[in-house]
Amino acid sequence: MILARVVGSVVATRKDPRLEGKTLLILKPVAPDGKDEAGYVISVDTVSAGFRETVIAVSGSSARMAQGCKDAPVDSTIVGIVDTIHLDT
Amino acid sequence: MFLGRVVGNLVSTVKDANLFAQRLLIVQPLTPDLKPTGKQQVCTDCTGAGAGELVYWCKGKESSFPFLPAEVPTDSTIVGIVDSVNRTC
Repeated sequence: MILARVVGSVVATRKDPRLEGKTLLILKPVAPDGKDEAGYVISVDTVSAGFRETVIAVSGSSARMAQGCKDAPVDSTIVGIVDTIHLDT
Repeated sequence: MFLGRVVGNLVSTVKDANLFAQRLLIVQPLTPDLKPTGKQQVCTDCTGAGAGELVYWCKGKESSFPFLPAEVPTDSTIVGIVDSVNRTC
């Protein structure tokens, strides 16, 4: 699973019917210490995450195992909103 | 499967219902020489691994198999705690 910050949203009218009613958010992957990492990911949101929140996103075929994503054509889904991260130093 | 070391943990209250009561750990992937390599990863855990422990973890849909019949939306899981690593060449 990747750790990421919500930085935007995507609106699509013409899309696969199985994606209807699902929120698409733009994620910026971050390291556990909060630093940005390369690239962006568009992810389906199943937990009502908000902008600037840190979330965990699952990718690949496991993304379809999230609630409401069964048989949907998705490969990245937000499955949790992060409260705290504890790193052993 | 990959070698890794548990370097932290993560707390999330709002998450997918099937992730309820799952431990979320931060794992630093390691080379066979136990040197850090690559990005730190958020993993679920089916072994009860603790902080600083040497573990092996797997990626992809197979990561959810230890939790069957529950369909846990995860793409990386700690599946074993390493006792020793022997590298001969």
